Amino acid sequence: MPEPVGFFTDTSICIGCKACEVACKEWNQLPGNTPKFGDGFDNTGQLDAENYRHVKFVDLVGDTPIVTGNGNAWLMMSDICKHCTNASCLEVCPTNAIVRTEYNTVLIQQDACNGCRDCISACPFGAIGFSESSGTARKCTMCYDRLQANMQPACAKACPTQSIQYGTLSQLHQKADARLAALKKQGYDNAQLYGRDDSIYGGLGAFFLLMNKPEVYGLPNKDNAVLPRRNNRMGYFGGFVTAAIGIVAGLVAFRSRADAPPAKGAEPPASAP
Amino acid sequence: MTNHWRDIKNADVIMINGANPAEAHPVGFQWFMKAKLDPTKGPGSGGGAKLIHADPRFSRTSAVSDMYLRIRTGTDVAYFGGLINYVIQNNKYHDEYVKNYTNASFIINKDYKFKDGLFSGYDAKKRTYAVETWAYDNEPGPDKYAKRDESLKDPHCVFQLIKNHYSRYTPEMVQTITGIPKEDFLKVAQIVGEMGRPDKVMTIVYAVGLTHHTTGSQLIRSAAVLQLLLGNIGRPGGGMNAERGHANIQGNTDNAISWEILPGYLKVPLPGQKTIEDYVKVSASKRLLGISWNFFGTNYKKFIVSLLKTWYGDSANKSNDFAFSYLPKPAGNSSWMTIYDQALQGKMEGVMLSGMTAASIGPDSNQVLTALSKLKWLAVMDPFPTTSSEFWHASGLNPADVQTEVFMLPTTHWIEKDGSFVNSGRWMQWKDQVIPPVGDSRHDHWIVAELFHRVKALYQKDGGKFPDPIVHLTMDYKDPLKPSLDEIAREVNGKDLKTGKRLATFAKLMDDGTTTSGNWIYVGSYPEKGNMAKRRKGVQDPAKNDPTGMGFYPEWAWTWPLNRRILYNRASADMSGKPWDPKRAGIAWNGSKWVGDVPDYPPKMNPKDPKAWLPFTMNGEGVARLFASSMLDGPIPEHYEPVESPVKNALHPDMSASPTAFLYDKAAKRENRFGTPDEYPIIATTYRLTEHEHYVTQQVPHLVQLQPEPFVEIPTALANERGVKTGDMVRVRSKRGKIEVRAVVTNRVGQLDLGGKKVYQVGIPIHWGYVGIAAEMHPEKSKFWMANNLTPFVGDANSRTPEFKAFLVQIEKLA
Repeated sequence: MPEPVGFFTDTSICIGCKACEVACKEWNQLPGNTPKFGDGFDNTGQLDAENYRHVKFVDLVGDTPIVTGNGNAWLMMSDICKHCTNASCLEVCPTNAIVRTEYNTVLIQQDACNGCRDCISACPFGAIGFSESSGTARKCTMCYDRLQANMQPACAKACPTQSIQYGTLSQLHQKADARLAALKKQGYDNAQLYGRDDSIYGGLGAFFLLMNKPEVYGLPNKDNAVLPRRNNRMGYFGGFVTAAIGIVAGLVAFRSRADAPPAKGAEPPASAP
Repeated sequence: MTNHWRDIKNADVIMINGANPAEAHPVGFQWFMKAKLDPTKGPGSGGGAKLIHADPRFSRTSAVSDMYLRIRTGTDVAYFGGLINYVIQNNKYHDEYVKNYTNASFIINKDYKFKDGLFSGYDAKKRTYAVETWAYDNEPGPDKYAKRDESLKDPHCVFQLIKNHYSRYTPEMVQTITGIPKEDFLKVAQIVGEMGRPDKVMTIVYAVGLTHHTTGSQLIRSAAVLQLLLGNIGRPGGGMNAERGHANIQGNTDNAISWEILPGYLKVPLPGQKTIEDYVKVSASKRLLGISWNFFGTNYKKFIVSLLKTWYGDSANKSNDFAFSYLPKPAGNSSWMTIYDQALQGKMEGVMLSGMTAASIGPDSNQVLTALSKLKWLAVMDPFPTTSSEFWHASGLNPADVQTEVFMLPTTHWIEKDGSFVNSGRWMQWKDQVIPPVGDSRHDHWIVAELFHRVKALYQKDGGKFPDPIVHLTMDYKDPLKPSLDEIAREVNGKDLKTGKRLATFAKLMDDGTTTSGNWIYVGSYPEKGNMAKRRKGVQDPAKNDPTGMGFYPEWAWTWPLNRRILYNRASADMSGKPWDPKRAGIAWNGSKWVGDVPDYPPKMNPKDPKAWLPFTMNGEGVARLFASSMLDGPIPEHYEPVESPVKNALHPDMSASPTAFLYDKAAKRENRFGTPDEYPIIATTYRLTEHEHYVTQQVPHLVQLQPEPFVEIPTALANERGVKTGDMVRVRSKRGKIEVRAVVTNRVGQLDLGGKKVYQVGIPIHWGYVGIAAEMHPEKSKFWMANNLTPFVGDANSRTPEFKAFLVQIEKLA
């Protein structure tokens, strides 16, 4: 068995170029969505069966003549399936189409998926979409075919600033810890790792360095990241509610960020350290 | 770039003006982030390089910068001028560098003056300067060497003139002009001031946000003057670094895509120049000091003769002055706007477009469309339909009235051919053909070759007034109708006609007709040992392939000139040859030769020899120019307002805009097309997005998905005044036209306080028109999608570059 692998996505150095989105669609031969205006910079809108990567933009820029950027004012985050340790999609899948691979990633086997969509409602991150063309649920595979050929996933390969890093989780954890320490030293008190430890669904195979609270990015925080399971109806329900809240909160954050006040719960960017 | 992309990782401070590298050059931007994340770099005690981004818009570059400053578009001369003033007043400049490596000590003609916004020698009728009073004072004697005062105290020496000129650029004045609050400006000044220390280095990165102004050349020069005062030119981690367009604008410019130059930056001959001697006398720089090498001026004749030998072969010989008479000596210029200005005046019969679409790239697209409709014919060479090949569909034109016959010549895309790209860092990199051409498309150079042969056949058959330049042109390719790019690359490199061998250095070029070179700066790119642009010794083995550790990678591809990665690198070391910063050496004198990068200097010239050349070997002065009499609009950069501006110039209100900007409409006696701030109170600037490349990517589904519709970024406060929300349709109009696009409401653009007057700035991306996937989805809406409907038809005095980046508009919400 290979060592568990994953993604470390450092949002503090993401430049929102969306090379990850395009590389993913090219490699996985996804036609993509129908062109539709979103808000000028985010026109992808969500993770779904045509978009396994989605760069979120959260605009907290204040109306001031000088601003400290440093990934802390106009937040950009390349979102993706988190490959959860406790993956609710895997638990609820009635056909066992969703499996944990030899790389410790979560994969939907397309030939075993019956298109029931249970996983879609179970996923607390809204990372899975239903493909009308294949009649199956689809999401990030962490480029399973590339991993088998000893290649890194397409998104990480294309990322020009190494905001998306691929590697063994143990190495990535070390890198993430060092980066967080550097940011803390510079005074970024809101900087935090998300999914690095087991507090979010037992730990995430795709974990993040965030520059603000998880909910600012539309992510469930530690308190409401409750594990749904087939035999845990309340948990299931909780997960569903969390997902709904996550989506609504995301929409609210996205819609309202054009107006001046930052999204609810958002901390204003730290002053220039 | 004086330096190159990878070198940006060596900087302590990265100043970004008129540029948005995270979006326009995301791959090159990795080196900015490497510097930022490197704890050994940075001002003071390190902690990572600091990125300082001054821009009208908070962009994706600002998002990761340490400081973003909201600056009024087109006012960067005031920003850099303020920094120059701070550096001089606080003695933060690099004294030894300024004294020895710049023309600070040179004495200028006593009649030179600057008063009320005008330099001496202005002719108001012609809107040009006579430059006699801007010249150096000469020492007596036959050599006419320039007079100097090495104490820098003479009131007429360059240093004192610069000091005096910028003394007006106080932090208060910077605030009034740029809108950057004084205290924020001083924060930048403090950091920049530290960059004059020999152990610190700053790079300035710029792009078309500086060039696209009627003061574009001077905007760039003001930054260069700052860099020279700080001693940062020629050093790793320093320099003036222009981000060039994808993927080959640098290669285009080197090979004379621009109207005023021949390949290798040789000047286009002028009327009245009958012989090569006449031409060289006017074009080549003169040696101004005894220890100035004046390499370019001294060898100018070799370069032009070798070029003529390449073009005319045996027909260029001593008896006919190497066919110099074959070269055109145009009386007017043929810059981009001039071509359409001539068409508007009915003086153009036809136009061929290759690699761009005239209708979209503007400025003043409505006027350009009128110009196209006055042509008899238009030939468009492109892989896809463009706004030019379909121009009669544009709003405002009635297809029935357009008599222009339009030819579409389908060409191959770059992915369908081999050849070289030259990147911003002057690296010539060869690429292979990836896929075969589709259908009946042909390479642009094959179309031109065949066209040439048909024209030549007509001249041979029918004669003509002057057939020689056409019938004698060499086409020594295996198949003259289908030359290969490999053959052309070898031809550009040039050869020794006596041995038939290709040359490895331009030092071997001769002025007696025994050598050829299609472009002297590319000699050595394809010597006998092969195509150097194909070399790929890179990060597979950094220890071996980057022996200095400075990121030069000397065997990766090839850089002009002579594989030198950093231009002017002699200035990276002190007078004795010791690097200013031993940890970041460009070149160093080891006692017997220069080591490090390929030296911009004779490789074995001992710097301690009193006769050793000065460091800037290309100039007649031997040193860099703080004061440059070669500029048409003034020897010292001065702030002028954009031609359309909401405020008067705070420095000299009666001389507000550039007195030498070229006003095409006025010159051609057309109606005034400039708006006033009463009608159009909002400042607008245009820009590009990371998701698109100009207009061609409107044909790429994945990219259209990422950026499907045009928009205008509107400050939240302005949007609230007008009742506009993100996603609403708004009309943006200028004196010249309108667009109807979505609003994106944000604080990323905002209000400026200009000495009590409040003005808003808005930002408009350029990528849309009436052709492409999105346009087909919205055929009615897309008629009003072209950003350059708004931009003014006016040019910089030196380069004739249009003012795309600063103009006035009004905005209304659409029902």
